Amino acid sequence: MTPSLVDLGAILPELLIVGAACLLLVLDPITPSSKKDLLAWMSLGALALCFMVTIGDLNHRVLAFSDLVIIDPYAAFWKLLLYVISGMTILFSMTYLKEERIELAEYYGFILLSLAGMMIMVSGADLLTIYLGIELMSISLYIMAGFKRFEAKSIESSAKYFILGSFSSGILLYGISLLYGISGSTKLTDIAQAVTSRGFDDPMVLFATMFLIVGFGFKVSAVPFHMWTPDVYQGAPTSVTAFMAVASKAASFAAFLRVLLEGFGGVKPSWQGLILVLCIATIALGNIVAIVQTNVKRMLAYSSIAHAGYALIGIVVAGSVANGDPIASGGVSSLMLYLAIYSFMTLGAFAIVGILRRGGLEGEELDDFTGLSKRHKGAAFLMMIFMVALAGIPPTAGFMGKFYLFMAAVNAGMAWLAIIALIFAAISAFYYLRVVMVMYMREPSAAQENETRLAFTPTTSVVLACAIAGVIILGVFPGPLVSVTTSAVMSFP
Amino acid sequence: MASFVFFYFAGVIVLTATLVVALRNPIYSALSLLVMFFHVAGLYVTLHAEFLAAVQIIVYAGAILVLYLFVVMLLNVKREERFHGQASVAMFLGVTLLTEAILLVFLSEGPMFPAAVANTSELVTGNTKSIGQVLFSTYLFPFEVASLILLVAMVGAVILSKKGILDPKS
Repeated sequence: MTPSLVDLGAILPELLIVGAACLLLVLDPITPSSKKDLLAWMSLGALALCFMVTIGDLNHRVLAFSDLVIIDPYAAFWKLLLYVISGMTILFSMTYLKEERIELAEYYGFILLSLAGMMIMVSGADLLTIYLGIELMSISLYIMAGFKRFEAKSIESSAKYFILGSFSSGILLYGISLLYGISGSTKLTDIAQAVTSRGFDDPMVLFATMFLIVGFGFKVSAVPFHMWTPDVYQGAPTSVTAFMAVASKAASFAAFLRVLLEGFGGVKPSWQGLILVLCIATIALGNIVAIVQTNVKRMLAYSSIAHAGYALIGIVVAGSVANGDPIASGGVSSLMLYLAIYSFMTLGAFAIVGILRRGGLEGEELDDFTGLSKRHKGAAFLMMIFMVALAGIPPTAGFMGKFYLFMAAVNAGMAWLAIIALIFAAISAFYYLRVVMVMYMREPSAAQENETRLAFTPTTSVVLACAIAGVIILGVFPGPLVSVTTSAVMSFP
Repeated sequence: MASFVFFYFAGVIVLTATLVVALRNPIYSALSLLVMFFHVAGLYVTLHAEFLAAVQIIVYAGAILVLYLFVVMLLNVKREERFHGQASVAMFLGVTLLTEAILLVFLSEGPMFPAAVANTSELVTGNTKSIGQVLFSTYLFPFEVASLILLVAMVGAVILSKKGILDPKS
């Protein structure tokens, strides 16, 4: 089937983003370094344009490019979230890159190309397309992690991410090739038929599912495939870490959920147990290991692992009943809500870590936060709200996100899972509130007082304002977002 | 005739593959690997997979093997003695895998991937042409995404390795 103009119209946002990215790469060498900000504003303009185009997709469902690409409300929701995350990351990077003296506008090009990969992932109806989206996203991230080229940690992070990432891609691809072997197609609908008719007793289906779960488990950093996360998150430039922890996780969850529910919706009981094990292990290990971390970036890395574990509850719930059941839709929509809320909390926390400077470096150690409330009241207060939200304490959005997820688990008859998650959420309060305690109750030494400063600029204020608005408004008034996620799930099997 | 061609290619493949591990000079090993790649490509031609044969030669012989040779020449390893004490391990693995292959060939009923086998019968024109047609019509979208991946990799390689950029001191 030859693609037509209608197909091109369906992927207009992707085309805009890729076009803007290529334009950035071309314009970068001919822009004087004092005007590099213009390029960042240009990419923000492209994001705003895409936002308006994608809002129109929130209520229809189109298949394009011989059914390889699907534009439905589910994909539109994730795309809108990804635009917001990318926009906030770009705004934050404008200050952060200057502080770190990474003056390369290719950076913005890579953010956009990575975003294009994520958009392809969330609207792929075919495993080959999803896989290529994952690769586009990951390869851009591997490079961005190494952007602090003169710093050994950044290079280590990039190399580690690259090697482990390609390894996991290989496993994913192996699973996809087995599925192609049994169904003769890479489309999710065809795979669903073949998988349902063969059942899980067929070793081919069993191995293919396991490989897919391992591959995606790596991308969402679920335990035991999380080993890369702390090192990579700690070494990468903080703006990139924030982008990885939030955007790539959201996109991977979106694709993971679509593959599991559309491709393997007929054999749910067979894989639900596997996800359940991953879920409990991820919640437990993420939260327990975070306790002993003294580096805030590393602690946030473990916290992102733990949050991936909470989000997996959504998949477990969706896997407990047949597609289309309100309980399954409840699981999916609470996962979407949770990741949206998680994005605001985590972006905000990373932004504070990024603008807190010690000498010429980032103030990423817990010590650098000592007595922050005495020196920078505003920043300390914002950090406190983000920490409280990450711990899931009302009236912040973090509480609402956990509330909807745990309710979904209870509705599915898995109250015990909700209780386990709740216990670990209580444990997590320890390491989140420790940051608050250090900021408010410890006296800073003279050195700490003189050496640290905050790189506040108008753009970082906008980012922090967005993050805090997200955390507070969604906490007090989650209704609109809940209705968006609920209606987005309607299009979904 | 067909079986004669097959046994010629298969025989040379087995012979050169053995030489790859048996020869002590890494350059000779790499060269016998090259001969093996060409004969594997020959097998593909007999199976009417001309496209695969071309890819085999371009990618394996043209790119991957040249990379091996570069490494061997750059590191200047004339004789590699470290890995020659593994005969017992190699024997064990070889016998196990051979037994497995024989069992699979003689005991399996029907093809393992019936769906994939069924699809190959649809090819009517030459397979390079039909792959091209499918790639630029049905699979146009993934194809273009793959081109973006290459772009990212290229720009990334420049950024991560070029001197004089990204250095805070300059």
